[in-house]
Amino acid sequence: MSEPVPAEPTLAIVGAGPAGLRAAQVLTEAGLRPILLDEGHRAGGQIYRRPPPGAERPAAALYGFEAGRAQALHDLADALASQIDYRPDTMVWGIAPRAPFGFDLDCLGPRGHERIAVDRLVLATGAMDRTLPFPGWTLPGVFTLGAAQIALKAQGMAIGRRVALVGAGPLLPLVAHQYAKAGATLAAVLDVTPLGAKVTAVPRLALLPGTLAKGVWYTVAGALRGLPVRSGVRAIAVEGGRQVEALTWDDARGRRHRVACDAVGASFGLRSEAQAADLAGCRFVFEPVTRQWQPERSPEGRASHPHVYLAGDGSGIGGADVAELQGERTALALLADLGRPRDAAREARLDRRLARHAGFRAALDAAYPYPHHLVDGIGDDEIVCRCEGITAGTLRRAATERDAREMNRLKALTRAGMGRCQGRVCGHAAAEILARTLAVPVETVGRLRGQAPIKPIPLREPV
Amino acid sequence: MERLTVDVAIIGGGIAACSAAVALREAGLTVALLEKRLCGGGASGVNFGGVRQQGRDFSELPLSRRARVLWDGLGAKLAEDVGFEATGHIKLARSESDMAVLEAYARDAAEYGLDLQLLGANALRAEMPWLGPAVVGASLSPTDGQANPRVVGPAFARLARRLGAEVREHAPVRHAAHDGAGFTVEAEGVSVRSRSLVNAAGAYGGAVAGWFGEAAPVAPLSPNMVVTEPLPHLVTRSIGVVGGDVYVRQTRRGNVVLGGGRGTADSVDGLARPVSATSLGAMDKTLTLIPDLAHAQVIRSWSGLDGEMPDHIPVIGLSASTPGLVHAFGFSGHGFQLGPVVGEILAELVTQGRSASPLHPFRIERFAAWRGPYRSEGEIEH
Repeated sequence: MSEPVPAEPTLAIVGAGPAGLRAAQVLTEAGLRPILLDEGHRAGGQIYRRPPPGAERPAAALYGFEAGRAQALHDLADALASQIDYRPDTMVWGIAPRAPFGFDLDCLGPRGHERIAVDRLVLATGAMDRTLPFPGWTLPGVFTLGAAQIALKAQGMAIGRRVALVGAGPLLPLVAHQYAKAGATLAAVLDVTPLGAKVTAVPRLALLPGTLAKGVWYTVAGALRGLPVRSGVRAIAVEGGRQVEALTWDDARGRRHRVACDAVGASFGLRSEAQAADLAGCRFVFEPVTRQWQPERSPEGRASHPHVYLAGDGSGIGGADVAELQGERTALALLADLGRPRDAAREARLDRRLARHAGFRAALDAAYPYPHHLVDGIGDDEIVCRCEGITAGTLRRAATERDAREMNRLKALTRAGMGRCQGRVCGHAAAEILARTLAVPVETVGRLRGQAPIKPIPLREPV
Repeated sequence: MERLTVDVAIIGGGIAACSAAVALREAGLTVALLEKRLCGGGASGVNFGGVRQQGRDFSELPLSRRARVLWDGLGAKLAEDVGFEATGHIKLARSESDMAVLEAYARDAAEYGLDLQLLGANALRAEMPWLGPAVVGASLSPTDGQANPRVVGPAFARLARRLGAEVREHAPVRHAAHDGAGFTVEAEGVSVRSRSLVNAAGAYGGAVAGWFGEAAPVAPLSPNMVVTEPLPHLVTRSIGVVGGDVYVRQTRRGNVVLGGGRGTADSVDGLARPVSATSLGAMDKTLTLIPDLAHAQVIRSWSGLDGEMPDHIPVIGLSASTPGLVHAFGFSGHGFQLGPVVGEILAELVTQGRSASPLHPFRIERFAAWRGPYRSEGEIEH
């Protein structure tokens, strides 16, 4: 370390999912008292989301295969609560570099707005579903798979009585399994990626350790339970007047199918929630397999910015188990950077496990490629940016007639990505559409710049 | 390295630069325009979007009056919906002394042909019953309005291209010089020879002037902007206040844009960023003006880099050191409305050496004796 470090550095962790909790654990073990900021009411993140107090259900029913891990994380959160400055229900909506170093975090929590000065930052901001437009995708009753899962975990309810699920990632069989287990009626489970990709990946997937195998395990288990699982489907469309009434699709042979349903859960992989890293000034790199920009992260979890540390899906999709390992690893890197004594054996053990997981993850990504080919099937009338009601045709015309070559210019000209979600929902699809229209690789059209507030804040401070 | 030889080279890609490219092509001259990033993406594209004559320095009013005429036909000329609507611009008084300021301004503005209507508290509330109790009166400029700044600059750039201008984006200019026979402009990937040179480099206009031995103290200026989610239409006019600490308008889409105070300007990477404390302050001030917005959600904030002169009016005119060099920069936070007419004026200066509009107040020589840097502060009137 070449720069002065305060004797008692203020450390903040953003996100109390698997990555953030493990990072907090390591820092408290070292005698530090980090601030843990979390939008959630209870720690656990999305994957191990806990129902509100009073609505608990048995962990086995809620988390299935991962009940043990969920319980361990929740126990850890409860044990940590008194050792850290834990701030639930708190959104970090702005991050600004501070002189001479460190950051100001703009937070909105139960006490209103608060500005917190920190020296170092661990970002464990998680991921959200990636969407792709298809006919009817904005109808009431269409959810993402993640939202379908949240409904189940947090509220103990399904998104509908007769549910169709569509996806392109390990989340699809997982949610199907959870819904089936919870007693929901599944009208269809449709995978838009070809079965061939998974068959090709099987030799490598067979090497997966325990929990990473669960996507495949759920696929098998789902099939065994007689779930209506179909792979390689195309031309997904939701029918309905005021709400979802049916789902239609083409099978791999081109035959049209239709099932009646009253809710659809559909999403196509995950995207890193990386706006905080963006505002903190981290450099981003394009990840070609999942086709998304993510903050640059060293194997130990260091960001390009010397005082930012990254862990979990917010900086590269790896799943919950990887997030725990990364949370632990990046906190060790942070301690090392603070000049604390290092545990080389522990670091090496984590590095080995993370390296192994990285190989398995590559196999998993190969099994569930992001279905960017579906972009060509998006009709010109289809809404892509639902916040602002911007159609695919408007985006394509901006490319061909208005010189839009880059995402921020596309946003300026069309308003796509300019609404409430700031392009978190439509950004990937819009980038793919722009790139396809220009016939250039998707990374060349760049990414939407993050802007505060990361999520909406009320004009009047709540009191 | 691409080499171009043209009649006129333009440094900068804002509205003034791009509209100059259009006007010069219309005058039959060949043009090369060099923009460091994307045309219309700087101060031209991220400003408040006010199309306002009211409240301007009187020396700017003749230009602003002339510009206002152009705004009526701008959408047709650019073949782009620029979102211009003459909603009126209303400047609010929050004290009797504010009202006295508005009365004095209205009196003097009449001499420039700008008709302003003074409204007392009752008349104002009859029209805008949603205004908060802090407001005691106002001055209304019915012919003013608002537009979508994000689309105007790019549309001018496209029109310039259609008319045959060589527009080069991502081409930051490293240096320009005059060798006695003409100008050489060295930009990334392209070198331009020209007979005339237009300096429309915004916050960097002073640096360009310096290459030709002319002093022009330009400070970075980064107005801080915030926008709400789309809301039902309420704010019928573009709103400013005496003192300039907050300004508000509602877009056609329904978003309420509010500005006030300053972001940070990073002159190294050339980017401006909003400051959250400033955003929260503008939100508070907006609520005192329009309490009904209490439940609105703010979805975004931003800033942009403009150049500000010590006397808050731009440099527009012929170089005092170098024949063939023409300046237009330092619009000090209110260049958007003027942009379309500045292009015409620049074309007049290049082709005739003079303009139909009075430019004496904007001459660069006013800073000839200036020494040292200049740091701007205070509010930007809107």
